[in-house]
Amino acid sequence: MQNNHDNEAGGRRQFLKCMAWAGAGTLWLMKGGVLHAQPLGDGATASMADASFSFAQISDSHIGFHKEPNMDVVGTLRASVALVNAQAARPDFLLHTGDLTHLSKPEEFDTLAGVMQESHAHKVFYVPGEHDVIGDSGAEFFRRFGERQHAGGWYSFNHRGVHFVGLINVLNLKAGGLGSLGAEQLAWLKQDLASLSAETPLLVFAHMPLWPLYPPWGWGTDDSAEAMSYLRRFGSVSVLNGHVHQIQQKVEGNITFYTARSTAYPQPAPGVGPGPGPMKDVAPGALHRYLGIRDVRHVQGKQALAVTEGVLS
Amino acid sequence: MLWHRVTLLWPMALCCAIGVAPAVMAASASTAKAAVTSQIEIRNFAFAPKTLTIPAGTRVVWINRDEEPHVVTSAGSLFAPSKGLDTSDSYAVTFSKPGTYAYYCSIHPMMVGTIIVQ
Repeated sequence: MQNNHDNEAGGRRQFLKCMAWAGAGTLWLMKGGVLHAQPLGDGATASMADASFSFAQISDSHIGFHKEPNMDVVGTLRASVALVNAQAARPDFLLHTGDLTHLSKPEEFDTLAGVMQESHAHKVFYVPGEHDVIGDSGAEFFRRFGERQHAGGWYSFNHRGVHFVGLINVLNLKAGGLGSLGAEQLAWLKQDLASLSAETPLLVFAHMPLWPLYPPWGWGTDDSAEAMSYLRRFGSVSVLNGHVHQIQQKVEGNITFYTARSTAYPQPAPGVGPGPGPMKDVAPGALHRYLGIRDVRHVQGKQALAVTEGVLS
Repeated sequence: MLWHRVTLLWPMALCCAIGVAPAVMAASASTAKAAVTSQIEIRNFAFAPKTLTIPAGTRVVWINRDEEPHVVTSAGSLFAPSKGLDTSDSYAVTFSKPGTYAYYCSIHPMMVGTIIVQ
């Protein structure tokens, strides 16, 4: 990590380094069917020892955004991908939890795809954010990044004993509402999970939070409770989302919810200030301190999270 | 439908409306009558004013003051949706027919507004 920006000018180098730390992404380690989070670059190597596999989550790259506090969202995404590449044990795949672009423009998708090709991972799985479906209900997104399992764009796959489900909750949104899964997707989800034993570890991902994190700012999904009712019988369920550009987490029985940081810019904590949107007044050198770096561990059975928060110096 | 859509620089927004989407001009007799313009600001993920009452024939201009894009969308498709409005982009609709027009942002649907045309 320290060598990634040797050629950068001082201020910009520092800025990029901080942005990379602040929003690089999360390395997820699967240990005995239970997911453990590891901020990238923060001792991930030691923790890999007893993990069966890992994957990395990247979110909210917002290619096309070019304002304070980040005039170079391509650079910060590229730094994130480089950090994932630098891991001693290669993650099996990457997960991008949406808002690849800022305005769904073809050239923004082109840029995103180009940077993601720099990843050493064999595969990147995507779900769209609301910024990726502007004007065409996601047609361009799905053409480029869709898994093509179902016309609605949602999909599932099994990887080393874990069942992964990618859900779409940014389409067909209703006036006055939040994110939406819709009846058709819910019926599919129910069917998709029906044949699985309760011992199967589940990992569900979507862009908008699948729990009412802060509805006044649209941070939730109208019909997420119905989806969660299908997940409750499973012993280990992890739900990964993006959208809010910060780490928020919640435990509900055996279900752990986690939102990721953005590789582009932070947003304020729920209800702090007049509304969501980029935090512009963060001094580059202070960004990592402002956000903090969290190390999250999910312990099955105890139904609790032990959260340690440290500041990178 | 009797609505008429144009995208124009509204005088007070002139200084900061660089980057407005290309004008969509549709020749219509209603253009000449659309002398009255009302503005709705999009700021902090809200429409202001949230409810706007106007006489028929008024041209309504939404202008996005947020860093986030927004999409003005009619509930019930009573008028055409805007494109994704980036910062300082604007969108205009002329309301010729009396009625109540509920609208929202299609990507941030908790943002709702109402236009009452008398």
